[in-house]
Amino acid sequence: MASHGLLKEHGFPGTLIVVEGIDGSGKSTQAMLIKQWLEANGIRVFFTEWNSSSLVKNATKMGKKKNLLTPTTFSLLHATDFADRLSYQVIPPLKAGMVVVADRYAFTAFARDTARGVDPLWVRDVYRFAIKPDLALYFKVPIQVSLRRILGARVKIKYYEAGMDTGLSDDLVESFELFQGRVLEEYDKMTGEFGLAVMDATLPITTQQQMFREMVRDILDPRQIRIAHHALVPPRTADALGE
Amino acid sequence: MAAARTRNRPSGRRPRRRTALAGLPAQPLAGKRFFGRGLPYVDISDLAGTLVVVEGSDGVGRSTQVGLLKNWLEVRGFGVAETGWTRSVLVGETIDLAKEGHAMNALTFNLLYATDLADRVEHEVIPALRSGFVVLADRYIYTAFARAAARRADNEWVRALYGFAVEPDIVFYLKIDTRTLIYRVLKSSGLDYWEAGMDQNPGCDPFDSFTRHQSKLIREFDRLAAEFSFKTVDARKEVSDIQREIRESVAGLLHIDFTEEDRMIGLK
Repeated sequence: MASHGLLKEHGFPGTLIVVEGIDGSGKSTQAMLIKQWLEANGIRVFFTEWNSSSLVKNATKMGKKKNLLTPTTFSLLHATDFADRLSYQVIPPLKAGMVVVADRYAFTAFARDTARGVDPLWVRDVYRFAIKPDLALYFKVPIQVSLRRILGARVKIKYYEAGMDTGLSDDLVESFELFQGRVLEEYDKMTGEFGLAVMDATLPITTQQQMFREMVRDILDPRQIRIAHHALVPPRTADALGE
Repeated sequence: MAAARTRNRPSGRRPRRRTALAGLPAQPLAGKRFFGRGLPYVDISDLAGTLVVVEGSDGVGRSTQVGLLKNWLEVRGFGVAETGWTRSVLVGETIDLAKEGHAMNALTFNLLYATDLADRVEHEVIPALRSGFVVLADRYIYTAFARAAARRADNEWVRALYGFAVEPDIVFYLKIDTRTLIYRVLKSSGLDYWEAGMDQNPGCDPFDSFTRHQSKLIREFDRLAAEFSFKTVDARKEVSDIQREIRESVAGLLHIDFTEEDRMIGLK
């Protein structure tokens, strides 16, 4: 089969930055901080989130409510959402030379859908139309840490986040541990396959953000987008932002 | 169900001349296979039913033929389940809405149709086949292949996408020429935005666009017919003649005999 979109340069003038990781890895916080920083430096940023297009929102909601979703239809609905956002939210800003920050990308589908039981090669084929990020950063965290963060923040784990649909366990927390454990394994397999950069997501927020900003500067520099050194927010300020 | 009508025959005696009501249950055909990578979490080795697909252009008379076939099979004692393109519970409505709003592009178009079929394959087709039904599918993966090719989508991608589908036991292709098709469509429902392929020919005259798009689709169906060994039926014939041709093939597939009565049930 012809080469996968995720494996070849996209060729647009803009820059695509992707954060990945399991729930509670802290990736959304880090993505938000990167966005703030870039904007503070006068760079135009477009932010896009997983599963947020209006095209399949009703179908997903209804499928969840009526318990209609299978691993395959769940996967295909996410792919449709992704395709819709890619066409309307990701590629146009990239063509306009903007920086697009995506909270989750195709790798989320590869990890989760495979953990749910679809064929790993099938789901990769489904996403052949995706484009390669300029930076894909995987926030790696042990299950126990993510669990503690989620329980600390909002007490209740969501049904699908815990993979309750997979029938791994009737207990929400146990199911979360088992399911997210599988998801973690899939992420680990992908770091080499798609060249994901790995961030130790157990580090303090500010430390991670500092490292993240350095990576972003490294990819923006060759594109003549310069960000002054002093613009790097000192640790204390970043702490205040993230917590 | 077919089994309820099975009669025990004393062995060694020549079966009596069968009447239309004495339909025999379907002989399980050779094991079912997935079209591509399949559903790793579903075992289909024990599917006893038969999957019959009817393909062909918009307005060619597929649903009429499916209806007549269903009627005949039921008279012959078979359990019959029907499944139709974009009729899934999960995204049927979404597709209708997206079509109205013209909110789809080639990618989401293909993905939504795949979601629709996946929902029906897992919730309708496989369970019915497992229970020994004859499943009649009005359009199947080949419609997606033809449309994708006509819209110049990535062929390999579309085929990989539909890897979850169960391979049919037989595919009938109701073949028609563009000219005859146009008259039929104009007489019945008029031109539809998507059927006329207006998404590819923006600003074009709907009639010209329809002609161009449907001709392209017919060429693609012809190509697929050769690739996947469809049973091609001339859709310009009389409805009952087409139906008889289809029934005869299905009878062969199900290993049941085909008599003068079978040629007449529900037909003029």
